[in-house]
Amino acid sequence: MSEQQTITLYPSRQFKDNARAALKDGELRQSLRTAMDYLMAKRLSAFSDGDELETLRTLGETIRQRCLAKLPELLEKLEAQLTANGVQVHWAETTEQANEIIHGLIARRGGTLAVKGKSMVSEETELNHYLEARGVTAVESDMGEYIVQLAGEKPTHIIMPAIHKTKAHIAQLFHDKLPDTPYTEDVDSLIRIGRNALRDLYLKADVGLSGVNFAVAETGTLCLVENEGNGRMCTTVPDMHIAITGIEKVVEKLTDVVPLYSLLTRSAIGQPITTYFNMISSPRKPGEKDGPREVHLVLLDNGRSQAYADEQLRKTLQCIRCGACMNHCPVYTRIGGHAYGTTYPGPIGEIISPHMLGLENTKDLPTASSLCGACGEVCPVKIPIPEMLMRLREEEQRPAGEVVAHPLRGQGAAHTGKEALAWRTWRGLFGQPGAYKLFGWAATRLRGLTPPGQLGWTQNHVPLKPAAKTLHQLVRERDAARR
Amino acid sequence: MSARDNILAKLRNAPRSAPVEPDVAAHFERFGPRWNEVEALRHWATMMRSVKTDIVWCTESDWPQRLAEQVKARPIRSLLLARQTPHGALAHTALEHNPLLQLKTFDRMVDDWKDELFNDTDAAFTVVRCGIAATGTLVLWPDADEPRTMSLVPPTHFALFDTRTLHADFHTAMTSEAWPNGMPTNALLVSGPSKTADIQLTLAYGAHGPRDLVVLAVLPPHLSADQLKDAA
Repeated sequence: MSEQQTITLYPSRQFKDNARAALKDGELRQSLRTAMDYLMAKRLSAFSDGDELETLRTLGETIRQRCLAKLPELLEKLEAQLTANGVQVHWAETTEQANEIIHGLIARRGGTLAVKGKSMVSEETELNHYLEARGVTAVESDMGEYIVQLAGEKPTHIIMPAIHKTKAHIAQLFHDKLPDTPYTEDVDSLIRIGRNALRDLYLKADVGLSGVNFAVAETGTLCLVENEGNGRMCTTVPDMHIAITGIEKVVEKLTDVVPLYSLLTRSAIGQPITTYFNMISSPRKPGEKDGPREVHLVLLDNGRSQAYADEQLRKTLQCIRCGACMNHCPVYTRIGGHAYGTTYPGPIGEIISPHMLGLENTKDLPTASSLCGACGEVCPVKIPIPEMLMRLREEEQRPAGEVVAHPLRGQGAAHTGKEALAWRTWRGLFGQPGAYKLFGWAATRLRGLTPPGQLGWTQNHVPLKPAAKTLHQLVRERDAARR
Repeated sequence: MSARDNILAKLRNAPRSAPVEPDVAAHFERFGPRWNEVEALRHWATMMRSVKTDIVWCTESDWPQRLAEQVKARPIRSLLLARQTPHGALAHTALEHNPLLQLKTFDRMVDDWKDELFNDTDAAFTVVRCGIAATGTLVLWPDADEPRTMSLVPPTHFALFDTRTLHADFHTAMTSEAWPNGMPTNALLVSGPSKTADIQLTLAYGAHGPRDLVVLAVLPPHLSADQLKDAA
């Protein structure tokens, strides 16, 4: 009998092919351009006072860094406080462990239907597929997530999951997939169709699943940010609520939440506040007439402790998942979220995914950036994303065998003999004045021999050709002319 | 070792430096709004109305009547209220003579009447704990009398708001009411009826929660609705 093998596919390995395909999709590019321009303008209008914005960003950064500096202690405090409040806390090192825990909790009740509020961490664990394979249907209830799930796709943006779809796409999708649904492009009607389709499921669901925006150690409170009310439905109506979050989402004090929440909503969608800010501290207490009787929190590592081990890369974990970096990224705006092949696309995805999936599966992502710096400039908690990208480029070029204090999974994944030779040659030429002079002399005289086709460079650029005179020559000539 | 121990051990092994202590209070002291009572109320109302909230300025004595008028003006056939509370009793008295309206009380566990709550309850009436001017927000702390689903499931939510409880911003609300000393099962900020812009960035109200939010904003005796007319 042959042993059963699990095959894991990494769409992130096809980044370059995906990006080329996305670039050819004019409709997608138009949708993304319009949406990103809108979101950038909204953010700008939400921060009309530049001084307040900068002070608030620094405050957000300091809060997140303080929370990360105390992370193990805060996680223990969060666990103790939640447990005292009646919430059960579970820990998972891997996505598989997280899925097993969640499925175990649902199976214990004989549950077959789960309604889900928005949770990027559950996307990270591919929870829906895991549950589906075990007889549990998990239905996304956030309108954008619901659309994406109906279409059999993944979210293309962490805040606006269906941003790549037009209302015509959605009208056709609802018409095709939902029984007795007429084709309509009227957005109010489409939302009503979605609302009605999901309302019945809240009633029937055995379990509600959700993410967490901030987990407060001081009070043992899970905070959820949303506009639609589906998060409230999932965390209030079913008899069991299971929340899943990354270990980095813990904050120390309840007051920490105030500036972070303001930064989140204003950076994400330019809203001063969302419709709902839902703070859950316990299951239904004796005498209360609704709310889940059981609340569980699953804390997931999945590579976060790797980022944590290195003080520079730890800054990646400051992220509050607002999506502003992708809204302002010229690469994301042209290719959209699916091309990255990761749960988290755009700049934040480029720096967090290597810890989750290993550099061997994400080696193109640190270079999927022009290093223009927009992501770092808009980040509400001042993550120096370009600096992180440079560091990851270094790590993926570092020979696999080289011993370092905090090795990253997949170290040296992009290392090639040819490139290493090129850099060694460069170092030899630029590190020795004699060799550099000789190189300059030869390059200026043999420039006519430069090949017109120069690998990937000439796909989008004119060929590189050495100048007729070296910089040294030009400076010498200028100085002589001045004398 | 358990997953918990492994994760904590990995985190503890990482080099850590002493963090800088942020001063959250100083930030809000510097940038927080400085309004007088009327300005704060105007701002609160402007913000709430910008997200499709109906505000009805009332007095301590006339709010039950104003509630009755609002209910009558809408196609509402059933309304859920907490008759056992003082405000619920007043609302009940004002509404009980409406022959077209069925009044309901949350007198059972939700599990016993979920279907009716979802499919046959048009509106609910609850009290508000306090308000936040800067963002146009109501704060709700649902309890045994007014459970969480009351402000969530029925399509119309009537909220009774004593405007004397309006705070300038979220930080002031949280610190002056000492929330960190004890949080309820569920605390909630509500800023308008439920909404979404998930379809081609087009804003639509009534996504999953209430489609309509009507605030009965009770003014103190020294203020009149005329003073708040400028609120958009």
